[in-house]
Amino acid sequence: MSTVPLEEREPGRLERTAIGGVLVREIINFSSYWRSTTFSSTVEPTIYLLAFGFGFGSLVSVVGGYNYIDFVATGTVATAVLFSSIFPAMFGTFIKYKFQHTYDAILAAPVDTEELVTGEALWLAMRASVYGCAPLLVGIVFGLDPSWGMLAVPAINFVAGYGWACTGVAIAGWLKGIENFNYVTSAVITPLFLVAGTFFPLTGLPGWVQALAQLNPLFHCVQLVRHAAFGWEGWADVWNFSFLILFGLLMWRVAIAAMERKLID
Amino acid sequence: MNDRAGCDPFGVPPTPHALELSHVVKRYGEITAVNGLDLVVPDGACVGLLGPNGAGKSTTMRMLTAQTIADEGQITVLGHELPGDSKAARARMGVVPQLDNLDTTLTVEQNLVVFSHLYRVPKARRKAAIERVLKIANLGERRDSKVDELSGGMRRRLLIGRALIHQPQLVLLDEPTVGLDPQVRQELWALIDLLRSEGVSILMSTHYIEEAERLCDSVTIVSHGSAVAVGAPADLVVEHAGRDAVEIYGSPERLVEVEAEMAKEGFPTRRTGTSIAVLGLDDAAGRAPAGERRPANLEDVFVLLTGEEIA
Repeated sequence: MSTVPLEEREPGRLERTAIGGVLVREIINFSSYWRSTTFSSTVEPTIYLLAFGFGFGSLVSVVGGYNYIDFVATGTVATAVLFSSIFPAMFGTFIKYKFQHTYDAILAAPVDTEELVTGEALWLAMRASVYGCAPLLVGIVFGLDPSWGMLAVPAINFVAGYGWACTGVAIAGWLKGIENFNYVTSAVITPLFLVAGTFFPLTGLPGWVQALAQLNPLFHCVQLVRHAAFGWEGWADVWNFSFLILFGLLMWRVAIAAMERKLID
Repeated sequence: MNDRAGCDPFGVPPTPHALELSHVVKRYGEITAVNGLDLVVPDGACVGLLGPNGAGKSTTMRMLTAQTIADEGQITVLGHELPGDSKAARARMGVVPQLDNLDTTLTVEQNLVVFSHLYRVPKARRKAAIERVLKIANLGERRDSKVDELSGGMRRRLLIGRALIHQPQLVLLDEPTVGLDPQVRQELWALIDLLRSEGVSILMSTHYIEEAERLCDSVTIVSHGSAVAVGAPADLVVEHAGRDAVEIYGSPERLVEVEAEMAKEGFPTRRTGTSIAVLGLDDAAGRAPAGERRPANLEDVFVLLTGEEIA
């Protein structure tokens, strides 16, 4: 037999079997809590969509050339991705580390921190990819026209979700207490969430805010989803997508470094 | 265990020692948790790592899975140098943690499925591996029960079973019976004894002396991060405490006097809480004090050598 089965190879870095083991654990665990997670991950952005869409929609009918409901429906996709990846990553990682001691068990198996972080972030990205489509579907029910470009939205969600999941893991790895998460939520996530062109276009904001928004991954996700729904914008979207990939790669390494510092002494 | 050759995937030749630590040091700032520790687990043996709380047992256990990295010294596990080769070593050993870290919302069987993946049990063998562990841990009838619904003893058996899913050659047991009632403890001793009889190498940290006496071929007593005695339990007793001890009871003041008198006579003593145990009486002849005579035990040695009360 010429091919050595994967299980019998000398272990290396970022092995598929190790990452797969972490994913299996997440998937089996998900079977016990999928209802509540699915409820919160889909209902929350839908409420935002309905509240802003119909609330502001009654005052403003067209924004940036789009029907306001369409504008918000596409913008809320990025919010759904953010919420369904960064928060479970922050809280889930911290709880598994501090209270459930899950990582002690996983790292005692032939799994390294790098594989642990990668597996967990991949799983959250997959979830975010699906949950992020909920506002789009609700938007379609309320009049958003379906388009072929929307088929790319799960992929956009996956890449953005991976970056946000890694950001959440890095935050959990970096902070010492779960109560400190409030600082991050108020000082980092809320501003990112508001200055991303989700509920209103950035063109009305001061120039320096618009410039800073270019560094906001959520802004690039919003742009990509909107363009996927209403028409691609060539190199601008190549840049948007590239930014999300770079964001994901950077935060992946930051998350691994933060967790190695936390888990290995 | 049967068919263990099939779980020796990395072609490392067998070594006489399942595990070897040589002059291992681990510091946390000013504190030296492990201070030049030497420790050997011969292949197929059950070795007890015996020490009071804070002696460095848990740090040592973490170093064996490379979750703690030693500052100095050498660690070899199943022929693999740590920390560089730790992943290969971890693939061939099982770890039973002191703290219960089962997935509590999953069933017994789901927990085992998860760890069969994490420990890379090949797909074709996965079902048989789970059945085998359910049988060893005597949890076959509770396979569909959620961990939350299990008793403390069942959870411990599942923790041990989980560590055996890939038929490891070495098992690390970190305080395996801490906090359990005597009946459950006996159940677990039977389970650990079964592993011993099947030739699995075991390193078991404990501060329960009886546990070490019953299960271990040899013990390493650690104090302040260093090994202070190594040997078979019965040999250590004879070497350090003699065959018999004499217990002398009295008021606290009287016990202080007895301690001073015995020190003057050159006999080692240790406090038991309610009495003073006088040790090292093998050559005492007529100088042995009057009191309640009993066989010396490993606890006498433990307290004598560590100079600390058992937590």
